[in-house]
This record gives sequence, C-alpha cells and structure tokens, in this order.
Amino acid sequence: MENVQLAVIGGGPAGMAAALRAVECGVKDVVILERAETLGGILEQCIHTGFGLHYFGEELSGPEYAARFIELVEKTDITVKTDTMVTDISPDRVVTAVNKKDGLIKLKAGAVVLAMGCRERPRGALEIAGTRPAGIMTAGTAQRYVNIDGKMPGKNVVILGSGDIGLIMARRMTLEGARVKVVCELMPYSGGLNRNIVQCLNDFNIPLRLSTTVVETHGKERLEGVTIAQVDEKLRPIDSTREYIPCDTLMLSVGLIPENELTKSVGVPLDRVTNGAVVDEMRQTEMPGVFACGNVLHVHDLVDYVTLEAQLAGEGAAKFILNGEAAACYVASQPGNGVRYIVPQRVNVLHEGDVKLYFRVGRVFKNARVVLEIDGETVSSKKKVKVAPGEMEDVVIPADRLARMTENSVVTVRVEE
Amino acid sequence: MKKQMTCIACPLGCQLTVEYEGTEVLSVTGNTCKRGDAYARTEIVNPTRSLTSTVRVKGGVHPVVPVKTAGPIPKDKMFEAMRYLNTVAVKAPVSLGQVIVEDLLGTGVNVVATNTD
Repeated sequence: MENVQLAVIGGGPAGMAAALRAVECGVKDVVILERAETLGGILEQCIHTGFGLHYFGEELSGPEYAARFIELVEKTDITVKTDTMVTDISPDRVVTAVNKKDGLIKLKAGAVVLAMGCRERPRGALEIAGTRPAGIMTAGTAQRYVNIDGKMPGKNVVILGSGDIGLIMARRMTLEGARVKVVCELMPYSGGLNRNIVQCLNDFNIPLRLSTTVVETHGKERLEGVTIAQVDEKLRPIDSTREYIPCDTLMLSVGLIPENELTKSVGVPLDRVTNGAVVDEMRQTEMPGVFACGNVLHVHDLVDYVTLEAQLAGEGAAKFILNGEAAACYVASQPGNGVRYIVPQRVNVLHEGDVKLYFRVGRVFKNARVVLEIDGETVSSKKKVKVAPGEMEDVVIPADRLARMTENSVVTVRVEE
Repeated sequence: MKKQMTCIACPLGCQLTVEYEGTEVLSVTGNTCKRGDAYARTEIVNPTRSLTSTVRVKGGVHPVVPVKTAGPIPKDKMFEAMRYLNTVAVKAPVSLGQVIVEDLLGTGVNVVATNTD
C-alpha cells in the first residue's frame, strides 16, 4: 500500500480546484483519481457557453472552462490517474481503485476530497406507463451522443423536464435539424434559468408546457409517440387532458442525484434533502479528514460556485494534512421559512473569517427578503426581486459576528414575502 | 412602442422594458448592468446570438470537436451557419482557440475550436 497526502476522487471542476488549492496551501503529494479518459468531468460535453462569468469574468464554453484548470494541473506535480475507477474508501481513508495500467491500487490517504459529481435521474425513477422501446434517454446521454460522439439520437423529440440540460438540448437538437415538439414540465415553474428559456426555447418557438407530464410511452422497437397530460395541484395527471404526440425520441431532464456510493462506503452521514454529505464551512464531512465539494455535495446551478466551494475543501484538506484536526465547536445552520436546505449544514464558531451559506428555496418567491438571523438578531435582510428553486442563493455570516457566536447559538436563514 | 424581454447576457435574467420607435431605442429599464442595456438595444435593431456547435475531425481522438463563433452573429443566420458548419471537417490535431472557419458567411466573425482533439 502506498501513502499519499491527499487523494481527490474525481477530476471534474470540483476535483481539479480542490487539488490545486491544496497544492497552493503547501501539500506536496496529491493524486486525482478520475473515471473517464480525461480530466474535465461533465464540462467536456457542455459545449454551450455561459460558464465562468463569475469566476473568470468572461463567458466560456464547458471545455474551455475545464481547459483552464487542466492546464494549471499539468503545471503542478499532481499525479493524475485517468481511466481509474475508485471502488471503495474505508473509514481509515484507504482508497481502493482499479485501472488497466496499475491493476489494483490501494492508497492510504492523509485526507480525502470527494468530488464525484452527480448523475441524472433515470427513467426508471419516473414510473411512466407504457412500452420500453429505444429512443428514451436522459438529456445528458443525448448531449454526449451529439457533442462527443457526433451522432444524432433522433429526429422528432419530446423533452420531459425543463432543467437547464433539457433546455440546452432543445436548442442543440433544433440547430442540428431535429424538431423539438414540446418541453413538458411537471411543476408550475421551470427549473431552468430564464435566459435559457429565452435563448433555447423562445428563439426557436419551442413550446414549454408547465404543469404537464408524460404519462405513457408508445412503440415496440423504437419510440413512436408519447401521451402527455396536464397535472392538478397535487401533481396528479388529469385524464381529460391526455394528448398523443408522435415522436421518436424522449429526453428526460428531471433532476440530478449526487453520486454518493463511495461517500456511504466511507461511512459519512448524508443530508436527507441534498442527498450529499453533511459538511462544515470548509466542506469537511462529519468524518475528520474527509471533505466533499461540487455536485456530489449538492447540485449547483453554476460551475463557478463549484470551483469556489472546491477551493474551500482543498484548503480545509491542506490544513488537516499539515496541522492535524482543528478545534471545533459546531452550530447547525437551520433552514427557516421557504428554505429547503443550507450548505454548509454546520458552522464551526471557532472558524476565522466570513462564512458564506448557500441555500435553495422550495418555491418561487417574488419581491421577497432573504433574512439571516443569529440568536434572534437580524444580521442581514436582502431584498430580492425573485428567488426560485432553480437558482442558488447565499448569505454571509461576517467574521466579527461569527466570533461572537457560541455553541448555543442559533443560525437561521428564511425568506419573507 | 414598448417591449418586455428577458436579458440573456448573464444567468441573472433581468426583466427589461424597452421603449422604441422603428429601430430607434428611446429607453431601456429594468437592467442592472451595462450589458443589459446593450443587449436590449441590439435585440431591437439587429438581434444577435453566439453559436456553439461541433465540426468533424479527421484522425482525432473523437469524431467531432466543439466550436463557437468568436463573437455574436445575426440571429437569422443561425441555421445557415449550422448548415455550413456541418460541411466542415478539420484534420487532427486541433488546438483550443484554433480558427476553424474565417469570416463565417461574411459576418466578419471567425469560428474557433473550444477544445483540443
């Protein structure tokens, strides 16, 4: 068994930024283990632009955003093992992995950063009635076919789910000559960014039907059509609104699930709402020395925030490796009215510096205020024209306020209408 | 005339109101930055979009390499541009930023590779 100071699981934007920051903080011996043939993660197939506005101040495509970090990684002594599948991480941080070159690898890591990303919710999770023909796939799978493999998965497309990947694929398929007949969204609002509804749907006159879902698929070998229906306020399909739409392709963009099988194998407790680990302000899980960042921790809307979060994890891991476990006194950050979850879920009151709390709301609020309250005192109250579940929001606990907190402090974030 | 639109300059998606007569923009409101103002004005006079797609690669790792227009092109040229790009093939190796097509359809805008292959 080999020893390494830091093992980073996953070489996407989160893994690369965490590894790079750890090196900057003085860690010498870092290895990135990546399942795919190259670094970059899902960015490699996201060829549209819109990445990097916050972090780089310019609009980049996914591969361009990834390339900036890949270049930086190549300039360091970070060991990168691609085509390498991590199969297990033990509670004492022994990482087991396999690849074709080294065979079985066992690494004893001083600290571990979990950066495995997320996967798409599959068809099986949706319980759509009907046959099981070819032509039904997640939007991300279709994106890979078109953008990496250069193949078109179909000609007449229905998309279920209006998350950003679904919207982006509606435009991409249309530009490549397919006809996107409709995008159906179960909820009364879209899960995607407004700009994507404008430039991916409205620009091409693709209808978006809210409160509508696919209730049945038809066809034997290949998909021949789907039946869609409106849903009532309890999201139950209304039979009288059933409508048959001929199509050969159904793309699903119905949510992302953090890929936490390895997190569970380490024994790290998960948050029931985010489906990711419970972490503190440096993204350390409840197991000292194990950190998590990026979409494996909670699904982000912008990669720029993934990078920032991963840098915290990298810095936290470096401190753990170089200085040992820090003294801690944890307080939970509590989601109040309208708030679904907060990351980090707990804050070390002994931490020095500001702490940013990221959160998502449960529904759309207009002309609302986002309130951070500590021990009954309003620390900040920010006016927001609109907050929506599709977009991550944040509030900051200023360093001086954090310094006055104790183990009995109560931190709440809520939305007031 | 008044027109409502959603700004696409950044993920914020501000709701803009544009007052205009013909192709003369009188006022833009609702924007939170300069980019929003500029977006609203071009959207009335000459709507433009950046285009991203792929072109064929011969002898590369992957069958296609991603590309983008180095700047925005007229919105009504998007499909013509796509038809043209689907006839283009480049030889590997391709480097990031390499010019794939010069002066796309006379727009003065180049098409560049956004990845290596």
